Amino acid sequence: MTLSLRDVAVAYDGVEAIREVSLDLPDGQVLAVLGPSGSGKSTLLRAIAGLEPAKGTIAWDGRDLGGVPTHKRGFALMFQDGQLFAHLSVAANVAYPLKLRRTPRAERQRRVAELLTLVGLEGYDGRLPGTLSGGERQRVALARALAVEPRLLLLDEPLSALDAGLRERLAADLRAILVAAGTTALLVTHDQEEAYAVADRLAVVRDGHLVQEGPVAEVWRQPADAATALFLGYARVLTGAAAAAVCAAAGVATDGPVAVAVRRSALVLAEDGPLSGVVVSARVTPDQLRLVVDVEGVGEVDAVAGTTAHPGPGERVRLRAEQARLSIVP
Amino acid sequence: MRMRALATVGTAVLLATTGCSVSAKEDSTPAGTPSNQASQSGGSTAPKISDVVLVTHDSWNLPKKLVAQWEQQTGYHLVVRASGDAGKLTNKLVLTQGNPDGDVSFGVDNTFATRALKADVFAPYTPSTLPAGVSSYDVAGDDGQHLTPVDHSGVCVNVDTTWFASHKIPAPQSLDDLLKPAYKNLFVTPGATTSSPGMAFLLATIAQYGDGWQDYWTKLMANGAQITDGWDQAYEVEFTQGGGNGKRPIVLSYDSDPAFTVKDGQTSTKALLDTCFSEVEYAGVLNGAKNVPGAEAFVDWLLSPQVQAKLPDSMYVYPVVAGTALPAEWAKFAIQSPKPLTVSPTEIDTHREEWLQQWSDVTSR
Amino acid sequence: MERRHLSLSPSAGRYATLLALAAVPVAVLAVFFVLPVIGMVGRGFRPEGHWDVGGVLEVLRRPRVHRVLWFTLWSSTVATAFTLALGLPAAYVLHRLALPLRGVVRAALLVPFVLPTVVVGVAFRELLTGPLSWLSIDGTPTAIIAGLVFFNVAVVIRAVGAAWEGLDVRPAEAAAALGAGPFTVFRTVTLPALRPSIVGAASVVFLFCATSFGVVLTLGGLRYASVETEIYLLTTNLLDLQGAAALSLLQLTVVVTLLGIGARLRPQRASTQRAPSRPRRPRLADLPQLTVTALLLIFVAAPLAALLVGSLRTEGHWTLANYRALTSTGSHQALLEPVTTALDLSLRIAVDATSFALVLGLLVALSVSRRGTGHREGRAERRVRGTLDAFFMLPLGVSAVTLGFGFLVTLDRPPLDLRDSPWLVPIAQALVALPLVVRTLVPALAGIDDRQRQAAASLGAGPLRRMLVVDVPVLWRPLLASAGFAFAVSLGEFGATSFLARDENATVPVVIYRLIGHPGSMNYGMALAASCVLAATTAVVMLIVERLRVPSLGVL
Repeated sequence: MTLSLRDVAVAYDGVEAIREVSLDLPDGQVLAVLGPSGSGKSTLLRAIAGLEPAKGTIAWDGRDLGGVPTHKRGFALMFQDGQLFAHLSVAANVAYPLKLRRTPRAERQRRVAELLTLVGLEGYDGRLPGTLSGGERQRVALARALAVEPRLLLLDEPLSALDAGLRERLAADLRAILVAAGTTALLVTHDQEEAYAVADRLAVVRDGHLVQEGPVAEVWRQPADAATALFLGYARVLTGAAAAAVCAAAGVATDGPVAVAVRRSALVLAEDGPLSGVVVSARVTPDQLRLVVDVEGVGEVDAVAGTTAHPGPGERVRLRAEQARLSIVP
Repeated sequence: MRMRALATVGTAVLLATTGCSVSAKEDSTPAGTPSNQASQSGGSTAPKISDVVLVTHDSWNLPKKLVAQWEQQTGYHLVVRASGDAGKLTNKLVLTQGNPDGDVSFGVDNTFATRALKADVFAPYTPSTLPAGVSSYDVAGDDGQHLTPVDHSGVCVNVDTTWFASHKIPAPQSLDDLLKPAYKNLFVTPGATTSSPGMAFLLATIAQYGDGWQDYWTKLMANGAQITDGWDQAYEVEFTQGGGNGKRPIVLSYDSDPAFTVKDGQTSTKALLDTCFSEVEYAGVLNGAKNVPGAEAFVDWLLSPQVQAKLPDSMYVYPVVAGTALPAEWAKFAIQSPKPLTVSPTEIDTHREEWLQQWSDVTSR
Repeated sequence: MERRHLSLSPSAGRYATLLALAAVPVAVLAVFFVLPVIGMVGRGFRPEGHWDVGGVLEVLRRPRVHRVLWFTLWSSTVATAFTLALGLPAAYVLHRLALPLRGVVRAALLVPFVLPTVVVGVAFRELLTGPLSWLSIDGTPTAIIAGLVFFNVAVVIRAVGAAWEGLDVRPAEAAAALGAGPFTVFRTVTLPALRPSIVGAASVVFLFCATSFGVVLTLGGLRYASVETEIYLLTTNLLDLQGAAALSLLQLTVVVTLLGIGARLRPQRASTQRAPSRPRRPRLADLPQLTVTALLLIFVAAPLAALLVGSLRTEGHWTLANYRALTSTGSHQALLEPVTTALDLSLRIAVDATSFALVLGLLVALSVSRRGTGHREGRAERRVRGTLDAFFMLPLGVSAVTLGFGFLVTLDRPPLDLRDSPWLVPIAQALVALPLVVRTLVPALAGIDDRQRQAAASLGAGPLRRMLVVDVPVLWRPLLASAGFAFAVSLGEFGATSFLARDENATVPVVIYRLIGHPGSMNYGMALAASCVLAATTAVVMLIVERLRVPSLGVL
C-alpha cells in the first residue's frame, strides 16, 4: 500500500507549476511536503487528489490512477479553511462521506460520535459551521476526512489559518489522531514547525521541483542546499573562510572549500571556546540568552548562552561550536 | 489596472449618457423638416398652440408630402400619436375624457362609435361644407354632429383563386359554404376579441344568422377553422398568399385585398361579396382639445379631395366622398359588396361584451 | 459625514442611510408605477365615481376568471420547470467549461429574450406549421410553453451562470475527495450553494411566464387566455375596468405572494473569501450537460434560423432586398420614418433606459443588501429591507396595458404632466428592467463579507471610498451583466413602449409590429429583416459585454 509518483508534472496555461516530481510514501507514514508559498506544493497535492490533470504517473499500490476521478480514488482531502458545507450541521458534515457510502443510520451515528470524540468535539453535533471557531472548524474537517477511513489523507495547510498557540496544540493532536487511526497522510505546509510536529517524512519543494525527500531527522540534519537549509530553519549559511573556521572549531573535517549551515544555537558561549569575538547585541528569552557576536575570521553570527550569563554589547566573549547544530551543505 | 478599467467604463458610460441619449437625439434632429421644428425642442412637455395633436390607431398613414402641404397651407404642425387598434384607441379616449392626449381623433369605427359618444369624448363639430355622400355613413343617432365619416371598408372572406384552380376545387361563395366538408381546415380568421376585422366577421355572422350565430360558429370550428390573434397572423402567416408559407387558402380580410395581390395584370385572390361587413371610420374634435380651430381644420382636411384620393393606397380603405377617383388597380380588382351585412352601432354597444363572451366560449370549447 | 454618523445611535444611523439610499428609487417608482397603477385600478373600484368593492369581488367569481387563473398558474409552472431543466445545464456548460466561442454562444442565447413577441410568434409559427407540423402542437399549450421557455431560458443561464462562475470550487472538491460522484457533489454541495440564484431566477422566470402577453396570444391562438391577456381584453376591448382591476389585484397578490415565498427560500449567507474556478476543459462526464446545451441551442436557433431565412428570401429568391429596404419606409409607406432611424432611436433610448435602470438598481441593491458597519440588524430593519426588495419587483407583476393606460390617466396634469415627455419611454423601460438589475446585483452585494468594509473603514476609508474599494470591484461583473440585460430589455420592450412611443419616433419593435400589420410581402420581409437586425444588435451588445468582462476577470 504505497503512493508513488513518477515524473509528475502539472502545467497551467503552458507554465509548469510542478516539474518531474518523483517520490514514494509508504503505508502508515505521514509525509509533509514543505515549501514556500507559490512553490507548487498545493498543486502537487491537487494532482494527487485528481483535481488537476497531471503528466507522469501517480500510482497507488502500483496501479496507475491516471484515469480514476477524484471521488473514486479513496483519498480524503482537507483544505486550509476546512471547507465545511455551510448548510449542513457539524454531525451532517461528518456524516456526509458515510452517507455517500450508504452506511446504515445507526452505524453512521455511532461513527460520527466516535469521530467527534476523537477530535475532541463531543456534543457539537447540532452546531452549524458558521458558529464554530477556526480550530473547531478544522477539527470537524479532520473528522469528516477521517470518517471514510481513506487510504490516503491529503491535508492542505491544515493548521496555517490558526493562531500560534492553537496551531501548536492542534499539531500535536493531529499527529496523535493520525497515529491512532493508522492513516497514511500527505500534508502540505509552509511551516517547518508544523511539518516536524506532524510528519515522519519530509519533502521539500521549491519552484516546482522536489529538492529533497527523506525521514524528517535526516532531511533536517542534511539539507540538500543552502536555500533548503535556510528554509528548514537554519539561521545562516557560511561560506569560505568563515565556514572553514566554524568547521575547525566544531572539529569537523573538511576538504576544500565548503558551505556550512548553522542553527541559531550552533555557537555556545564557553570560557574555553576556540572562537573569540565581540558581542554586538544580546536579548534575553525565557530559556536562553540570544546573542549576535562579531567573531574574528567569521563575521557576525548568532550564538546562545545560558540565562545565567550576562555579557553586554561590546564585551569580548569566547564561543564553542556544536557539531550537531550545523550542517555541511554541498 | 482595475481602477483604470473602471475609469474607462465610467467614461464610456458618461459619454453614452450624454452623447447617445434621447436628449442628444432631440438636439441633433435636423431642423430642415418642418415636422421637427415645433414640438421637440428641449423636451418641453406642453405642445405649442400651432400643434394639432392627432390621436389615432396603428393603421394611420398618409403620405408625408400631403401632410407637409397641409402644414404649409395652414401653418399648423401635425403631431401624430398612434397606438393599438380601434378598440384600444376608443378606450384610451374614454379614459382620458375631458383631458385628452390630443386635439382630434381619427379611427373610432362604427363598432365602437356609440361607446365614445356615450362617454362624451367628442365635442360637437360638423364640417361647414359636407361633400356629397359623406352623411350616408353617419352614425345613426349622432347624424354627424360629433363624428364625421372619413373612410369605409368591407371585411370579407377572401379566397386564393390560384390555389383553388390548381387543386381543381370550386372556391366557396358564402358563409354557409365554409361549413362544407370540402373546405375543412382551409379557413383562417383573426379572433373577434383581439382584432377589429375579427370582430367585424363575428358581426357579419350575427347579421346573417341572428340568434343562430353561435350554432354557426360551433359548426365552423368543427370544420377546422383556425383562429389567430391578429389579422397579420392570419394573413401573413397562415394564408397561402401571405408572406409566409401559409397553408390555408381562405382568409378573413378586406374587400380591397385583390388589388394588392396583382401580378402581371392578374389578381390571385377574390373577396366573397356575400360575406362582407361594412366598417366606417370616423374623425372628431376631442372634448377638451387645446387647439380647437386646428382640430376642426384637420377634420375638414380629411374630407378634402387630396386626402380622400390617397386613402386607398395609404390605408387600404375606400373614401366616403362620392365620386373620388380610385387607383387603377382598385378600380379594376377591388370590388365592393353591393349590400354588406350590418349591425347597428347601438346594438353592438349593448351586446358587445355578451357576444364576445359567448364567442370565446364557443371557440375555445 | 462619518462624524455625524457616529453621533447618531448606530441603528438610527443605519436607518437614515437605508432610507437615503432608497429615497430616489422609491420616489421614481411611486410616480411612474404606483400612481399610474392606482389610477387605473381605482377607476375599476369607482366606476361611477363612488366605491364599488363588491362589483370587483364579484368578478372573481366568474367561472371564466377561474379558468384563466388556473391556466396561467399551471402553464407558468410547467414553463418555469422546463426553463430550469434546460437552463441549468447550459449555465454550467457556458460558465464553467472552457469551450470555443463560449462568449458568442452566451450572447446568442440572450437574443430570444429581446425579440419582440410578434416576431417570435411568426418565426415559431413558420416552424410549427412548416418543418415541425408533424408535431401538431401549433396552437396548443405545448406551443405556448415552448415559446415561454424560448424567451426565458437566457434569464436562468445569465443569473445562475454568473453565480456558478463565482462559486467557490473548494467545497465541491472537498466533497469529491470524500468520495462524492459528480452528481452527488452537484446535489449536495453545488445546488445548495446555487440555491439563492436559482430561486431568484426561477421566481423571475415564473413572473415573466405568468405575465407574458404576446407569447400566449401568438402561439396559443385565442383558445387559451392568461391573466395578462384577459386584462388586455377587458381593458382595450370591453372597457370592463372592474374586471381588469380585479384581475390586476389578483395578479399583484400572486406576485407579492411569490416574491414572499422566494425571499423565504433565499437565505442570505455571509460568505468568506472565495476561490472562483477557472473554466476547465470538458470531460466525458460533462456529456449530458453538453447534450442538453446543444439541444437548447438547436431549440433557440431553429426559430431564429427560420427568421433569417425568411428575411433573405423574396418570392422564392435569395436576396438582400429586404435589408436594403430598411432605409425606406416600406411599401405603401407603411412607416413614417425608415427602420434605420428607428434603430438609431432605439439605441439611444436603450442607453438612457440602461443608465436609469443601473442607477436605480444600484441604489436599490445597496439599500436592500447593505448591513451597515454595525454587527447585527434588528428585525424591524430586516423587514424594511424585505419590503423594499419586494416593492421594486412589483413592475414584473403588472400588465403593460394597465401601466400604459395608467400613465395616460394619472400623469396628465401639472405638476406631473409627463405624458408628452421624451423621458417617459426610457423611464418605463428602466422600470421593466429594474427587477432584473436588482436581482443580479443583490446576490453579489450580499456575498460581500462585511468585514472587508470594516477593514477598509479601520484603514481610514470613508463610506464612498469603502464602496469604491470593496463593493465596486465585486459588483463590476454583475453590473456589466445587468447593464447588458437592461439594454437588451429596453431594445426589445414592446408592451409599455407601444403605449408611450410617439409615432414619429417609434422604436424598432414598434416599427416591426407596424410592418407586420401592413399588407404587402415587402413589408413582411422588411419586418423579418428588421427583426434580424434587432437580434444581431442585441447579440453584438451582449458580446461586447462579454468581452469587457474578460480583462476584468484577468485582473481580479
